[in-house]
Amino acid sequence: MLTSESLKRIDREIAKYPADQKQSAVMAALAIAQEQQGWLSSEAIECVANYLGMAPVAAYEVATFYNMYDLKPVGKYKLSVCTNLPCMLSGGVDAGEYLKNKLGIGYNETTPDGLITLKEGECMGACGDAPVMIVNNRRMCSWMNPEQIDQLLVELK
Amino acid sequence: MAILGAINPMLSLGLDGDKAWRLADYVKRGGYSALRRILEEKQTQEFVINEVKKSVLRGRGGAGFPTGLKWSFMPRSFPGDKYVVCNSDEGEPGTFKDRDILRYNPHSVIEGMAIAAFAMGAARGYNYIHGEVWEIYERFEEALDEARAAGFLGSNLLGSGFNFELFAHHGYGAYICGEETALLESIEGKKGQPRFKPPFPASFGLYGKPTTINNTETFASIPYIITLGGEAYLDAGKANNGGTKLFSISGHVKRPGNYEIPLGTPFATLLEMAGGMRGGRQLKGCIPGGSSSPVVPGPAMMECTMDYDSISKAGSMLGSGAVIVMDETTCMVKALERLSFFYYEESCGQCTPCREGTNWLYRVVNRIETGRGRADDLDLLSSVTTNIMGRTICALGDAASMPVQSFIKHYHDEFAYHIEHKKCLVPVDVQRAGSGFFTATA
Repeated sequence: MLTSESLKRIDREIAKYPADQKQSAVMAALAIAQEQQGWLSSEAIECVANYLGMAPVAAYEVATFYNMYDLKPVGKYKLSVCTNLPCMLSGGVDAGEYLKNKLGIGYNETTPDGLITLKEGECMGACGDAPVMIVNNRRMCSWMNPEQIDQLLVELK
Repeated sequence: MAILGAINPMLSLGLDGDKAWRLADYVKRGGYSALRRILEEKQTQEFVINEVKKSVLRGRGGAGFPTGLKWSFMPRSFPGDKYVVCNSDEGEPGTFKDRDILRYNPHSVIEGMAIAAFAMGAARGYNYIHGEVWEIYERFEEALDEARAAGFLGSNLLGSGFNFELFAHHGYGAYICGEETALLESIEGKKGQPRFKPPFPASFGLYGKPTTINNTETFASIPYIITLGGEAYLDAGKANNGGTKLFSISGHVKRPGNYEIPLGTPFATLLEMAGGMRGGRQLKGCIPGGSSSPVVPGPAMMECTMDYDSISKAGSMLGSGAVIVMDETTCMVKALERLSFFYYEESCGQCTPCREGTNWLYRVVNRIETGRGRADDLDLLSSVTTNIMGRTICALGDAASMPVQSFIKHYHDEFAYHIEHKKCLVPVDVQRAGSGFFTATA
């Protein structure tokens, strides 16, 4: 179920570790599988585990432990908003509320058209840029005031 | 963001945002000359460790442990595999300095790690980068490619016979992986649950081999120490607090961002560099070293200098240098509620006192904040914290407890008012105005 391109990327990760430590590549491999599929199904986790020669339950433990893995389908875009204290002091909570109103959904919900899932995130390590949010685990968006949020939403189609 | 200001900078000297992070720029700034000098002059491991000891560089990740001493714990003559690992899993609320180091000066980390590997006889290293800063992870991978192509990584570095391979490993959303043994578990492809110590990583680390783990900023400082000499580096700071340090300022200041200053610089100077308080409001309290460090009331904070010893004297910790500034519009109960929620969310669940205790802390602070507090709740919170502290494998339990204890100690009246009157001393609209959307001034 993993494409040859995904497998090629996973091979590159495996090469970073000693030959007898392929399991070290599991975090990257799961992230690659999620990128390909949009979320992590049990089948995808098992596929990664088999590829790395580890027990499927060990890969499942990793997938459930780290919160950037999505074990259920999410919208085309996942927006994680930081509301932790430093962001909260500079509009992080307001940014979350603004998005909820604008999208008509709460945290952990997806818009009816399947476009956007809204998540409340924990510290992203960019507190000086507050409010911050991350799109699909990859793109950090800084200084997200209403105008910037509007622009982002126009872009995410 | 960029590094917004500096006094006598080292790490941020000559940086130019996204325009000067590449290897060629770093070499132009004198980069890789420390590594080159060590290898070409055939310096000894002892020489390097001694310079680091003389510099009194203290770990920049939070604990402030002397780096040179840590390095000397490694069995460098041990014949098997040894590892150096960089902790760039920067997830402590308020901390965002390593992100800027990796973004604007990634080669300083690579050179620092290569020097460390030489000093400790390690042939392989990993840099564990916070998953949320994906663009930084990709940049670091690019920087690694550049360093390999130029012969600063790989086998037989600069013809010296010394080999060092370095790779990047990304996290994927777990605060606990900033704890060094959880980080090692995570690199091994497991849940990031801390290990019981001893054995310490210097004897049983990554894959069971001797390992030294340092913070990003610690490694980045190494080339400057070797170039300047340990004593000169120490003199750039103050006694027992060598060098300059990056401080991440967030919260109610006009220019949140990173600032590099000599250790020992007055807090008032740092606050001024960050543009001062927003709207000319008063400093109510400050968390000086990341969310895990105890809060310090405004007046006491204004008396501090920014170094390990002064902040410790004020009853807190310099930690990672993450300064969270709160003005008079802040509800301290709400602030603590958010932090308590964070620790509850991020407890790895391994130790019962932390797993259950962080849940208790959050639920009790939450009910105080939402007007459902009970008369004995503050005693209850105190009892929960003392039952967590010192009873867990790692420091997350203590980190969750210290904010609770310090917030209640310094803002007791505010908590009592919440419980008695079912509302906040600071009107909600004032809170929202103080912490609403904000645009930093240039």
